[in-house]
Amino acid sequence: MEILVCIKRAPDTSENEIEVNRDGTDIERDDLVYSVNEWDNYAVEEAIQIRDKMGGSVTVVTVGDEDDEEVIRREMAMGADHGILLSDETFKGSDGRGISAILKAEVEKKNYDLILTGAQADDGAGQVGGILAAMLDWPYASLVNFIDVIDDKKIKVGREIAGGNQEMHEIDLPCVLSIQTGINEPRYVGIRGIRKVASLEIPVHTAGDLGIAPESVGESGARTKRLDYFVPELGEGAEILEGSTEEIIDKLLEFLKAKGGIK
Amino acid sequence: MDAALISPAKATVLGIPTVIFSLLIPLVGIGIFTYIIALRLKPLVKASPDPRLDRLPGRFLKMLKYAVGQYRHPRYKDAGIIHILLFAGFMILSLRSTTLVLLGISDGYLLPGMDGILGHIYAILKDFAGTFVLGACLAAMYRRIIIKPERYAVPAKYGKEHTWEALLVLMLIMGLVTCDMVFEGSLAAAQIQSGLKPEIMGPMTGTWLAAHTLRFVPVDLLQNLHLGAYFSHELIFFFFLCFLPLGKHFHVITSLPNVFLMKLDKGTIKPVQWGVDDDQLDELESFGVKKFEDFTWKHMLDFYSCADCGRCSDNCPANAVGRPLSPRFISIKCRDYSFMSNPLKGKPVDGRPFIGNVLEEDEVWSCTTCGACEEECPLFIEYIDKIVDVRRGLVDDGVVPQSLQKPLNALEKRGNPYGKMEKKRADWTKDLPEDVTVKILKKKETADTLYFVDSITSYDDRIQEIGRAAARVLTAAGIDFGILGPAERDSGHEVRRFGEEMLFQELRDRNTDAIVKTGVDHIVTADPHTFNALKHDYKDVPPVAHISQTLIQCIQSGKLRLKPVEDPNKIYTYHDPCYLGRHNNLYDDPRAVIDAIPGIHRVEMAANCRDRSFCCGGGGLMLFYEPIEEKRMGQVRVEMAKAAGADVMVTACPFCMVNIEDAIKTSGLEGEMSAMDLVELIDRYMITEP
Amino acid sequence: MAQQVFAYIIHKEGVADDTALEMIAAARKLDPDASVAAVIAGAGAELDAVCRELVSSFSEVWKIDNEALAYVNAEVLRRMLVRILPKDGIVLVPHEHFGMDLAPGLSIMLDAAYLPDAVDFEGVEDGKLKAVREEYTGQVSTHVHCDISQGAVITVRPGSFKADESKSASGKIVDKTAEAMEGGLPGGARRFLEVVEAEVGDVDITKSDVLVSVGRGIEDEDNLEMIFDLAEAMGADISCSRPIVDAKWLEKSRQVGTSGQTVKPKVYMALGISGAFQHVGGIKGAPFIIAINKNPKAPIFQAADVGIVDDILDFIPELTDRINEMKG
Repeated sequence: MEILVCIKRAPDTSENEIEVNRDGTDIERDDLVYSVNEWDNYAVEEAIQIRDKMGGSVTVVTVGDEDDEEVIRREMAMGADHGILLSDETFKGSDGRGISAILKAEVEKKNYDLILTGAQADDGAGQVGGILAAMLDWPYASLVNFIDVIDDKKIKVGREIAGGNQEMHEIDLPCVLSIQTGINEPRYVGIRGIRKVASLEIPVHTAGDLGIAPESVGESGARTKRLDYFVPELGEGAEILEGSTEEIIDKLLEFLKAKGGIK
Repeated sequence: MDAALISPAKATVLGIPTVIFSLLIPLVGIGIFTYIIALRLKPLVKASPDPRLDRLPGRFLKMLKYAVGQYRHPRYKDAGIIHILLFAGFMILSLRSTTLVLLGISDGYLLPGMDGILGHIYAILKDFAGTFVLGACLAAMYRRIIIKPERYAVPAKYGKEHTWEALLVLMLIMGLVTCDMVFEGSLAAAQIQSGLKPEIMGPMTGTWLAAHTLRFVPVDLLQNLHLGAYFSHELIFFFFLCFLPLGKHFHVITSLPNVFLMKLDKGTIKPVQWGVDDDQLDELESFGVKKFEDFTWKHMLDFYSCADCGRCSDNCPANAVGRPLSPRFISIKCRDYSFMSNPLKGKPVDGRPFIGNVLEEDEVWSCTTCGACEEECPLFIEYIDKIVDVRRGLVDDGVVPQSLQKPLNALEKRGNPYGKMEKKRADWTKDLPEDVTVKILKKKETADTLYFVDSITSYDDRIQEIGRAAARVLTAAGIDFGILGPAERDSGHEVRRFGEEMLFQELRDRNTDAIVKTGVDHIVTADPHTFNALKHDYKDVPPVAHISQTLIQCIQSGKLRLKPVEDPNKIYTYHDPCYLGRHNNLYDDPRAVIDAIPGIHRVEMAANCRDRSFCCGGGGLMLFYEPIEEKRMGQVRVEMAKAAGADVMVTACPFCMVNIEDAIKTSGLEGEMSAMDLVELIDRYMITEP
Repeated sequence: MAQQVFAYIIHKEGVADDTALEMIAAARKLDPDASVAAVIAGAGAELDAVCRELVSSFSEVWKIDNEALAYVNAEVLRRMLVRILPKDGIVLVPHEHFGMDLAPGLSIMLDAAYLPDAVDFEGVEDGKLKAVREEYTGQVSTHVHCDISQGAVITVRPGSFKADESKSASGKIVDKTAEAMEGGLPGGARRFLEVVEAEVGDVDITKSDVLVSVGRGIEDEDNLEMIFDLAEAMGADISCSRPIVDAKWLEKSRQVGTSGQTVKPKVYMALGISGAFQHVGGIKGAPFIIAINKNPKAPIFQAADVGIVDDILDFIPELTDRINEMKG
């Protein structure tokens, strides 16, 4: 099975406060560290597991610049067979549709059976998978947390829906799936693994290589554009209880009793 | 000298000279034995290298002390004494057994030098030895059958009981000794009957007893007994010889070399591959142990040498709290796997994957590397290096528990397992009083001593208190010190011990650079893991001290003066951190520091102090790992302190503090018991006003 | 703005989802003069019940009634919607698991702009809608321009607009089934099989009056003990946020949030929960929310009525002791 996984590089936000820079044009990036978007990492692990079972190959692709090579290498160290960087000045400022159009051009260069994306990213909106599927006119399922390959024509997938329930579908190949976290346990990528792939040449495909009209992507092709970043004005918010722990507990108990919080 | 009985070298049975058997039995026995040993050595020859022939005089002395002198055996008193008796008896009797074998070929053979007075002394000595061995065997059987010490039990998941093996060997030993007694006793009895002077016998020994009981037995019967006993001895002897390398009694053969070849450097971790420098590691195809054949030959010899005595697992904290780890069975399982892969006959069992069948992932991650097993093993079998090697293999294959991946990735990106920003690494100093200044060492900001803080003290809210206490104490002692601040990275101590060698080396190299740049002459740390890392894992850094060493010096020199304890009724106990005590032999300094506080009442957790300290649950990455366990190690430890009557547990390690404070809470002992770091204790009791 | 606005209605068992009336509010913020049409897909009596419920709120209620939609499959519905929706319309879809499945592809098939996960609208100028989105789990917001002149599909975050309960419309139900079915039932490449229900735990937190809910701030599985103690003292049930379930410390059936349970307690105590919208989205019925978190900037304090800035590991045991003392 030929699998393409669309990944992106994203700031690691787990322990870091994201702050807006002075003029609101961007977030403060000096102290951020980047890694592969968490959801994408699950998608790559899933692709590797499917390949190991069914044969074929896993290709990871990202739209970006040389900084983004690191995530391609990381996922190759994890076990992806190929990596492709889609990079062109004209790609800058693309919206979800633009990114999907670029990816679509790459998809059409080869016969992929399955395309995986992460279900979302901390700095994204969970749109590329659905848009790409529609552009390719392939079936799509989002928030996939279970995959069982039935044969080379169809697979069974589970979607994570409300209440912790799982919606099961049978879906024909080729298709596009967006992968939810928790679908597997991604393997560890150590420094040694990354070093092993450090000198691999990552092919770069430009707008010309992909046959993309420059005006259809990038800023000029985008119908949604980010104007600025700002810190949302906080509403009233909670009444913060102050004082010694003893006093706070006194006040809290008052509230609990009044609202029926203690039986 | 006329013989009272015909010797095995001259006798005939049904017209066949028995000397044929005397020749045949040893030939066949030695042949089979050689074949088995060759098979056993086969995997060792192909194994990874492991240089062990350095510092030979030291090795020889250690072998004398620990293998011949059985120095560690009496740590378990009953079993230890029985073993020492058995061993000593065995050493004496081995000469006799060799003599006996040759006696069957050449009548009246004596080993060189044994024909004079020495021979007579030896004859008596071996009579007593044989009798003691017999007694020791009976005592051992009693223990195995009636007392059944718990540590010999085999949990169901590890297979069947091994008791039969122990009993069989005890019976073989008793058989050997008894046969010799009958062999010699029958001759002596016949000699007495014929008015000849028998060899001198130790009074009241087995031989003496046999000779006296058999005195009235007719000579022809004695002759049969004599030959029968001889050949029984012969058969048992060679059966025993060939039986040794089939199981746990292989240690009879391997223990001397195993102790001679022991690991000499405590606290260290073996390199990924001996003979491969750090800068050549990238060229290695594979890292660590992924299959049995990846172990070093010495580690395989360890497996062969395990006597199944269970002392390691009896002291293993992971085993004690029900984690899926028992060091004893690491050895036994690997030994059995090696035997099955090189069977005496037939084809080897097809190569099942080693991890998942012989060793389990959970088993390998459960170890805190506390070193209690290695401290206890009478034969110096190593466990930590093996576990680290298997972890290296798992890390290389990406098989790392999810709970460890986040901190490892954070260590890679941020130099600390929490993923906190580098620039906040010195934030803990902000709350210090004005007169305590912590310099951040740079090119122009220098100091004599570097205080290496490490990640947990830099970032953990509670442990930052220890850092601040250290800063106050060092200031009060007049030590010119500073920290690396944002330039500091995690020491990588646990990173290395969790098998991520390359990440460790990156951290080490960055720290080494930063330390060397500061130009300091000394390093001090309050974290035993950091201490161990800087001392054993780093090269080319200034000498490092644990703060307990600095404290005792300052107290003794009068730089630090202490006021009397506030509440003389409070009972303190000291918990030995593994990486201070067992791995670095620092037992006395921290105790001396506590005892320097006037009026303080300190007790020991007698059965579990010093080198038998019970691990708190592990530090570094172990804080992130979610083990399968029935109980927290910290809780067990707190119970020990409670049993000792302690109100305050003093420790000298930030991770112990986390685990013990946590255990005090979860055991519902809050208010009753508290934990304190040694530095915090001194911080409280030092006299600051001049 | 003369573009027609559509609101896609999620419903279950004959009842419209809370988001239905939020979509009206969102549409009015977008264009105060808009006549808003509801689009509902389903089958039979349940569908009719929802349509009847909504006619008083929408100017038109477009229904697609087909047995195949008894459980709505986004792959099927998307292709039907393309047959009935005008090219330059504005389609609002709730940003939840179904909307995320349906909407991105719909925008492409309608050749419309796509604006995902909007939390607010700040007016339209020259065919460009200025909207607000959140990034990095709500730590920062962005203004986004979306060119809606050729139509747009916009997903709206549930809970960001206050439901419009004015019932000021007197709409009519328009049956769009025939149009939607023109050319037959589409989207056969993805076939719905079944819904596998989450394992039911020993407690149904959707029926609890008082919930003590625990999040990442608990740090360690063993610390859960103190939450059990508090819940017992309060007579409350225990729920949690997603990280706790991911770590397998509590069963999935105790997870509150858009991918877990929707709860309607009287009192909700969020302990060490940062308050990502996915979590807060699972709390309905305006309970009294008490948040305890050591990070004063945690978004949960925005959703809460009463907040305490403290480490739960320190605070909880004391609170439990006091409650137990009080109860004697």
